[in-house]
Amino acid sequence: MPDVTFTVDGKKLTAPAGTLLIDACRKACIEIPAFCYYPGLSLQAACRMCLVRMEKVGKLQTACTTRVAEGQIFYTDTPEIAQVRKANLQLLLGNHPLDCPVCDAGGECELQDMTFKYGAGVSLYAEAKNHREEQQWSPAVFYDRPRCILCYRCIRMCGEGMDVWALGVNNRGADSAIVPNGAGHQLDCEQCGMCIDVCPVGALTSGSYRYQTRPWEMNHVSTVCAHCADGCKVTLGVRSTPEGAAIVRADNRDKSGINGDFLCAKGRFGFDFAGSDERLTQPLIRNAEGKLAPATWEQAIRTAAAKLKEIRDAKGGEAIGVIGSNRLTNEENYLLQKFARTVLGSNNIDHARTADYPTFVRALAGHADKAASLRDLASAPAILLVGGNPTEEHPLLAWHLRTNVRLNHARLYIANSAPIKLDRQAKAVQQISADGYRKLASFLVHGESDFAKTILAEESLLVVLSADVSGKPLADLIAWGLKRGNVRFALLGAYANSRGAADMGLDPALLPGYVPVDKPGPFAEYTNLPTTPGKNFAQMTAADSGLDALLIVGANPAAQTKLDSKTFLVVQDLFLTETAAQADVVLPAASLYEKSGTLTNTFGDVQMVRKAADRPGVKPDFEILVRLAEAMGAEIAKLVPFGKRGTTGDLGQSRGAEAGEADRHAVWLEANNLEPRLSPFDPFALFDEIARLVPGYSLDRINLFASNDVHSAPPAASNFVPAKALIAPARDTLFTSGTLGRYSQSLQQLEQHQTRKQAKSAAD
Amino acid sequence: MSAESISVFSPKLEARLDALVKKYPVKRSALIPMLLYAQDEVGYISDAVVAEVAIRIGITELEVRNAATYYSMLRFKPAGRYHVQVCTNISCMLRGGYEILDRFRQELGIEPGGVTADGMFSLEEVQCIGACCWAPAIQVNYDDHDELKPDLVPGILSSYRGKAKAEGKTPHA
Amino acid sequence: MPKLVSHPDEVKIISRRFGQGAEKIDRYIELGGYEAVKKCLAQGSDWIINEVKASGLRGRGGAGFSTGMKWSFVPKQSAKPKYILVNGDESEPGTCKDHLIFLHDPHSVIEGAIIAGLAVGAKMGFIYMRGEYRTLLEIMERAVADAYARGFLGKNIFGSDKEFQIITQTGAGAYEVGEESALMESLEGKRGVPRIKPPFPAVVGLYGGPTVINNAETIATVPHVINMGAAAYAAVGSPRNGGTRLFGVSGCVERPGVYELPMGYNLKKIIYEVAGGIRNGRQLKAVVPGGSSTPVLLPDEIDIGMDFDQVGKAGSMLGSAAVIVLDDQTCMVEFALRTISFYRHESCGWCIPCREGTDWLKKSLTRIHAGFGEATDIDTVRYIAENMLGHTFCPLGDAAAMPTIAFVKKFRQEFEDHLNGKPCPLAKMGLPQFTVV
Repeated sequence: MPDVTFTVDGKKLTAPAGTLLIDACRKACIEIPAFCYYPGLSLQAACRMCLVRMEKVGKLQTACTTRVAEGQIFYTDTPEIAQVRKANLQLLLGNHPLDCPVCDAGGECELQDMTFKYGAGVSLYAEAKNHREEQQWSPAVFYDRPRCILCYRCIRMCGEGMDVWALGVNNRGADSAIVPNGAGHQLDCEQCGMCIDVCPVGALTSGSYRYQTRPWEMNHVSTVCAHCADGCKVTLGVRSTPEGAAIVRADNRDKSGINGDFLCAKGRFGFDFAGSDERLTQPLIRNAEGKLAPATWEQAIRTAAAKLKEIRDAKGGEAIGVIGSNRLTNEENYLLQKFARTVLGSNNIDHARTADYPTFVRALAGHADKAASLRDLASAPAILLVGGNPTEEHPLLAWHLRTNVRLNHARLYIANSAPIKLDRQAKAVQQISADGYRKLASFLVHGESDFAKTILAEESLLVVLSADVSGKPLADLIAWGLKRGNVRFALLGAYANSRGAADMGLDPALLPGYVPVDKPGPFAEYTNLPTTPGKNFAQMTAADSGLDALLIVGANPAAQTKLDSKTFLVVQDLFLTETAAQADVVLPAASLYEKSGTLTNTFGDVQMVRKAADRPGVKPDFEILVRLAEAMGAEIAKLVPFGKRGTTGDLGQSRGAEAGEADRHAVWLEANNLEPRLSPFDPFALFDEIARLVPGYSLDRINLFASNDVHSAPPAASNFVPAKALIAPARDTLFTSGTLGRYSQSLQQLEQHQTRKQAKSAAD
Repeated sequence: MSAESISVFSPKLEARLDALVKKYPVKRSALIPMLLYAQDEVGYISDAVVAEVAIRIGITELEVRNAATYYSMLRFKPAGRYHVQVCTNISCMLRGGYEILDRFRQELGIEPGGVTADGMFSLEEVQCIGACCWAPAIQVNYDDHDELKPDLVPGILSSYRGKAKAEGKTPHA
Repeated sequence: MPKLVSHPDEVKIISRRFGQGAEKIDRYIELGGYEAVKKCLAQGSDWIINEVKASGLRGRGGAGFSTGMKWSFVPKQSAKPKYILVNGDESEPGTCKDHLIFLHDPHSVIEGAIIAGLAVGAKMGFIYMRGEYRTLLEIMERAVADAYARGFLGKNIFGSDKEFQIITQTGAGAYEVGEESALMESLEGKRGVPRIKPPFPAVVGLYGGPTVINNAETIATVPHVINMGAAAYAAVGSPRNGGTRLFGVSGCVERPGVYELPMGYNLKKIIYEVAGGIRNGRQLKAVVPGGSSTPVLLPDEIDIGMDFDQVGKAGSMLGSAAVIVLDDQTCMVEFALRTISFYRHESCGWCIPCREGTDWLKKSLTRIHAGFGEATDIDTVRYIAENMLGHTFCPLGDAAAMPTIAFVKKFRQEFEDHLNGKPCPLAKMGLPQFTVV
């Protein structure tokens, strides 16, 4: 639309014709208050807070529905408008229970803020308020009806935003109430908590947070969700406890992340694994009776290190295996593979693979800018989704797809072996057989079906490939797309750092950045790097692995397979998982919410995680590895290049106090020609090395450290033959998250709530 | 609706509702009349009515409730066989609407919102029934009774009792 | 059966078939019915719209917008089907005129709807009647069936190439549905909450198609306008106010009823001559001239002609032409309370000022009426109403605020007399007790 010029409070403003006046004003820093208006959701004109005077128009107009046109003149700062706002608030406060001192929203309440700003300081109200009892709709959502100001944001967010439509409004007039869809005021939905998030007051509150604390008693730490591979930014509300610091809330407070408005049940409620009573907080060593018994860190590290050293020295590194994690930071996984390769001298390193990233990267090699960022999904005009069920497995991806279709009229094409919820947004759905992904590329190449024709006719295309597609079919589909032209791709792994684990070289044949071990290129500087591929995940976790020792960090293979009972097993984990229970030494690890570093989501977007909580007794895996190496007699300065080379510091603005402190010292020391010393336990000590050595990871630090997502490009040149893929797609649901999810009481309760519902309706 | 499904409605009403959904360019337009006709037979909008109407219209039960609870003639508790609706709005009030209401209270021994123990009558104070020029007026089910006086109340009640006797079983049973 | 009344001053146009058995199609035809539509079929769309414009016919629902003008806003070409909507949700307290049209002359509504359809090129019409009018709906359904049987409705009406279908619809108790866009929502099976305007119904209405929505009385008048000719019809009323209106006179008069009088007929004469004066020899206290939402007039303000412009000048509105007469035994606080109780009950709840304002006003008026008010409460009531006025999502908020402001302004002393523990001596409704803290 062409730009038009109009006047607000005497200021000339310019905006595209048809822009909503409220948006145009807000952009020009003219505040227009509103409760019902919410960008991206349908218009209501219900709260009447945004009334403004338009010249030559008799009645006041709502800024949220007025579209600007050339020459219009508006007034928003007159006594008339001030009175409208004040009176409207007086009317709202008439029935609103002023229980702000105990209300969850107190301090974060839009009604409070508006009352503060626009008046209504004296109560005119002398009547009894309409009281109703509070309702619990689900383990996650409570509704306090008297507090509700009926802005209908929750209804629209649930319906339009989530495509769930679980909320409605019953009755009319002052008896109106928001109601959930289930019988007996029960909420049958995806339990995402978005309704709580958009509630401007404390009418909808979170089951896990309500009455826990006051907002100003928390520190708000912006980090990345520990669960799926979409990598939503999440703000953790942290309160100090006698033992350390506990997370009391997770939400999407500043909405500045890759996830925009969105956060799902796992991000919002599934943080409680960190505070679980089942957390390991003491190292364990298997004693003479064969039982795991508590030990000191010193004993545990010494026991593990001595055994590993003994085996390495006696039988060589090939006798030892290492399994890394989908949930360690990039720095930790990098350190882990470096530890395996240079300290243990073994290429026996792998992780539980949830998607075939090596094939993906190999197929795209030599084609720049073909890997899509998650942000691209929010704006791509045409998307082909192959397999998977993003609504369950990648809730943020599903959100972006829905929103893109709804607001931008994007065209979504789905090829899937089963019906999925996103079919409702799809322009066309191609049902294929369960093994049909093999033949999909040739189906598309021939382009005989209407489905294929329509896709071929699209000007540009973003192809999202689920983990169901791997190996040759994956390579074929990418080849088809590259030939079609103007295509970008994404591949869907399962967990917070599944992509990072692959990128950081948790692979028996590939170094970080998919550099083959036999042609190590930049990694030639590693000392003692073995150049023949090692054992993979399946071989190392087999009952007859033949390994003398196995170090498992943040993985739980024993949940699926029986491990070799003769192997000396060292496990680093949060919980006494099936795997940890079999270990000879168990080292209690910090969770992703208790450490700093970076994660790479499945789209290659790299983001910072920040230490939010603390748990006495645990150590970050980074530190554990450094201590193990040190106890094995390794030269730490070679493993973690602290204090050696030049330092890139940010003076601590963005890395957290401790890192910043160290950084500031380092920068100052360096500037004064003195030797800088970073701590070897600071993951950022590895940051420069990763940027320097790992293809694709030379990232825009300013944005990364400012908590923005930075897209990593897959390496431009890759000269390896991908190994036959051993992919086990995780198939998590909205309320499961691998082994980690089992330790979230909230997610367990939500799953029970939802399955009980389904069972009930199925029996009816 | 398949023929085998167990309906809360009589075959006659089923036939009427089947025709109703075909009447409009858009099926959902049948919702409000369907609810009203269902209430006429069942006595109120029960959970079962909501469920069946949702299926017939092809919308969720929540959507049915959102709409149903908006309309004041639709009720969610059983009423009497004869639902006495006394208008007390301004035109009726000026000509004794409250006296009529009081007389029904006395005669039936119930308050507005109540149902007599025998299930014969229920009483409701309503907001205008469009008979302002013939006030005070009431509706019993859909029958209008205009230009009432309190002393006419017992006669009206006994005429409905007689009607019930003549018709036999209660339609809501 | 509601009593029919008459008075020599009446000019019976819309009501000329009342009580004549015209609900039967043969009788309706005998009395000149379905002639107007035949004329319209012959003359065509532009002629109809010009004729209706020239007649000065203004909407009988309350707003008084020119009917011909409204029809002319409908785009000639439309990708979506166009619709005629007859608003028979007659719910404004005091108003029962459509009641008689549906009861005595249902075919005039059908005929009017067909003519409206021909005028704007719509092939389908809906007659939406309030839920309480079930017996009237059944009369209307019979009339529609009869019209179909005669070929007056259907694919080729009156043997022409024109199509017109009519669907009847019942409401289920909601004053708000009388608002045109709320009625469309209701007809689409939803909550009766108005829509954001623009777009206006003439462009985007029912099912998204261009829609003409007219009051039932307006539609029923159309065939008479065609039969009489625009000039003759216009000549009956006062300037810019064509024709007659059905005045529903209720309340404290000797002969309440619906009288058809020329637009501009004197209000004082309506009360004292047509309706026989104040009943039981009492004195007039106040008049609500156009349905419960119109500001009250004092006895010295009623020597005015009843048309849109003159009543407007007197500080009130002609509205639905429902004249409600209050005698000296009426407590104005109670009357205000009963009025606001209605709007509290009927507010759809969509917007804050109406939802909260009507609730607050009802509570405060209840307390004042029961004798538990304080001096500041009277000003608060007025303040609330004044701050609702013009700020709500739809006119219902104004409909609640306008009369309230007028009651307080014109009968302030009576409100003050209720203060300080003096409950209403004239109370008709029960008085609740309040705990004084």
